[in-house]
Amino acid sequence: MATANVPDYLHPDSIRTGLSRRKMLDQVFVIVGLVLMFACLGVLAVLFMNLVLDGSERFGWDFFTNFPSRRAERAGILGAWVGTSLIMLVTAFCAVPVGVAAAIYLEEYAPKNWFTAIIEINVTNLAGVPSIVYGLLALGLFVYQFGLGQSIAAAGLTLALLILPIVIVATRESIRAVPKSIREAAYGLGATRWEVTKDHVLPYSTGGILTGMILGLSRAIGETAPIITIGALSFIAFLPSSPITSEFPFISFQWLNDPFTAMPIQMFNWVSRPDQAFQANAAAAGAILLGMTLLMNAVAIWIRYRFRKKINW
Amino acid sequence: MIETTSTRGTPESTLRNEENARPAGAVTPRVNIAVDDTRQSRAITSVKAQVENLNFYYGQNRALKNLSIPIADKQVTALIGPSGCGKSTFLRCFNRMHDLQPDTRYEGSITLHPDNINLVGAGIDPIEVRMRIGMVFQKPNPFPKTIFENVAYGLRLRGVRNRATLAEEVEKALRGAALWDEVKDRLQDSALALSGGQMQRLCIARALATTPEILLFDEPTSALDPIATAKIEELISTLRDQVTVLIVTHNMQQAARVSDYTAFMYLGELIEFDEAAKIFTNPSKKATEDYITGRYG
Amino acid sequence: MASTAATTSNDLVSRSGLRYRKIRDRIVETFLLAAGLVAVFTTLAIVVILLTESAAFFEHVSLKDFLTDTMWTPLFADAHYGILPLVAGTLTTTIVALIVAVPVGTIIAIYLSEFASHRLRETVKPILELLGAVPTVVYGYFALTAVTPLLQMLMPELPGFNMLSAGLVIGLMIVPYVASVSEDAMRAVPRYMREGSYAMGATRLQTALRVVVPGAFSGLAAAFILGISRAVGETMVVAIAAGMQPNFTFDPREQAATITAYIVQVSLGDLPHGSIGYQSIFAAGLVLMLITLIFNVIGFSLTRKFREAY
Repeated sequence: MATANVPDYLHPDSIRTGLSRRKMLDQVFVIVGLVLMFACLGVLAVLFMNLVLDGSERFGWDFFTNFPSRRAERAGILGAWVGTSLIMLVTAFCAVPVGVAAAIYLEEYAPKNWFTAIIEINVTNLAGVPSIVYGLLALGLFVYQFGLGQSIAAAGLTLALLILPIVIVATRESIRAVPKSIREAAYGLGATRWEVTKDHVLPYSTGGILTGMILGLSRAIGETAPIITIGALSFIAFLPSSPITSEFPFISFQWLNDPFTAMPIQMFNWVSRPDQAFQANAAAAGAILLGMTLLMNAVAIWIRYRFRKKINW
Repeated sequence: MIETTSTRGTPESTLRNEENARPAGAVTPRVNIAVDDTRQSRAITSVKAQVENLNFYYGQNRALKNLSIPIADKQVTALIGPSGCGKSTFLRCFNRMHDLQPDTRYEGSITLHPDNINLVGAGIDPIEVRMRIGMVFQKPNPFPKTIFENVAYGLRLRGVRNRATLAEEVEKALRGAALWDEVKDRLQDSALALSGGQMQRLCIARALATTPEILLFDEPTSALDPIATAKIEELISTLRDQVTVLIVTHNMQQAARVSDYTAFMYLGELIEFDEAAKIFTNPSKKATEDYITGRYG
Repeated sequence: MASTAATTSNDLVSRSGLRYRKIRDRIVETFLLAAGLVAVFTTLAIVVILLTESAAFFEHVSLKDFLTDTMWTPLFADAHYGILPLVAGTLTTTIVALIVAVPVGTIIAIYLSEFASHRLRETVKPILELLGAVPTVVYGYFALTAVTPLLQMLMPELPGFNMLSAGLVIGLMIVPYVASVSEDAMRAVPRYMREGSYAMGATRLQTALRVVVPGAFSGLAAAFILGISRAVGETMVVAIAAGMQPNFTFDPREQAATITAYIVQVSLGDLPHGSIGYQSIFAAGLVLMLITLIFNVIGFSLTRKFREAY
């Protein structure tokens, strides 16, 4: 017999049994992988359901229009959502132009030298700095050095610095996706570097830039530690001054200097209370916060998808 | 005398003197150009650009070696040679595309007539060069904008704002690129909806809209099917009435079909330059003959 | 002469127009560069602020006490300034987090990179990344009100505040990060390496474990190390679920403060600017910054090395 001389492990029968065992291991791994993956996704669902159920008794119009109160059932998030909205305004206003500009510089202008390398290293490293360190920076620099105090401006600037690397990285990625041939076409017609950038590179990477902006803001909206560090108040029974006034020039920037509270601060405050009744407030605030974050992420994913479909190089 | 871009800030006076020293329109073959008396029937009557002792460096690497060649006005000049011979590199010197990469350097001159300016000299802005010399690339690269905006872009860069003028020039350019009839009803559609051949003709229209003095083609049909290729070739033949054309191609039949003059390059050097009919029927260099008959490349 | 005049023989090329466009280009470039420099100044500002305030702190506290004392009670009458309890708390929560995140993140990454269909991968990845987008204060609530009670069912003597539940939740939080960096690393392993293995008769799992994982090793290591850095810097989960009492212990079942939790605790109070308590949070922040910096530098250099390999 031909097979008589071959070692056991090469015998067709043992190959077959070995193979079926190995294939079974493959199946086992697939199951483990799927289970873990769906467990993680399941946690997300549980997390959200948990918040919604725990906070269900608080949802209502009053919750949005009431200031915090010592009585849990009357405490609301008016100051918190107004504060968060204003902070996000400042953050977006600072982080987006600076982040996009820095990304354009690094992708389109920067020469390859040590100086550019320093900027790049800084951006990478800033992305890894713990958020609370930004809080310390803001406490020392914005609150005391610049004398901004514990204001909306200080909080907005802090979060702007925090999300700057996110905006830069996302913008760079989408700028890089614009093919070289498009740039060459524009240069070939006699466009200057800035004309190539503003007429072509930026318009074609809008999707990625928007995505980066929204993801950055969704990160900022939930950040708690840095604004605790600069000293956000958790019990605020008044609103910041209105940006629109009845007198000329009808807009006021007084609100920038006002003290504030924010959604995550409010939630943290309620979580840390020993009184169980406030846990429901915390859950309700958390559900709203998480809902906003998930919504922003969903919008970002959708935009990315839309733009990818629209421009197909 | 050799000019280099590395001598930054060359006073314009120097530049001018130098240009003056050379009579406009003169053909001064220097190196490796096979000019023989049998060619007189189609001798170059008017020169649009004169390349003299052109060297080009990527860092330390000398990619083009002492090229000298006249570019005939309102004629089609083809550059042929095996891949890596430097023909595209040479083409890109004409509109200074190399300046977009760091660490590149030109030596020698490409004199553009009738202005007598050195296209690769330090005294001229590469952007001005690109505004005067158009280019069509290997792969069609329309902008993801409307057909109209693609063609109008060069004019807008030049400050043309008047809508009537823009519309008129866009139509003229599209007619010039033999695309008008196909797209006249959908000028506001995205250029990306066009077929490959139409896209390439759109790119030609885009370049034509700014009335370039020379139009460069870098293997314009290598990404196209045979029918689209035939249309582009026909178009290039008709373009010679309005513009000087310089075309790089790896396809010798194409060079033979469209060009009036042909230059054969090898390893960064010009091996032979002559009128196309001569190059393809009776080349004077062995290397040219070997390449044309398919012995290498 | 044509070459100096404002116009050229080509009437569409105006030199004065070009000059204006070039000047505009230079101005824009200056602005863009300034934006790029914001990143550099931010880093500088962080370093300067942390160092100056810490310097003031170390005028009162000797470095030896700071590094060897096992008590951290800066706000008590009998003040001790030993960072060790905070470091121990940070280390313990981080280790618990890694015990969750490394295996789960790696298995998910292997599954997504080597087994999942393109469609499944593209659908699951963004959803998975949502896990990393959940506000940390929400995770803290989850740890305190859901995970801890669950653990107490298994371990009845577990206190309400404990590092175990905080660590587990941090682990969950960094799973998507570890998975995504690992998956990128594994997908960068060239196809011919996989094909070589398949051609020998290997199964997918064998190829994944014996060819792809070793091939992507430095990328995986980078994922873990960057994950560590994230766990170390995590603040709200520990501040909410692990209690805020400095406690020199490595037992995850106990409550303890981390470096970050301490900073939060002090910030919640009303410490006067310039007091020793105020300065102590900068000293703590400096230690935190140094720890994360070391991990980040190692992590990023590993990713770079990995990118160069392929």
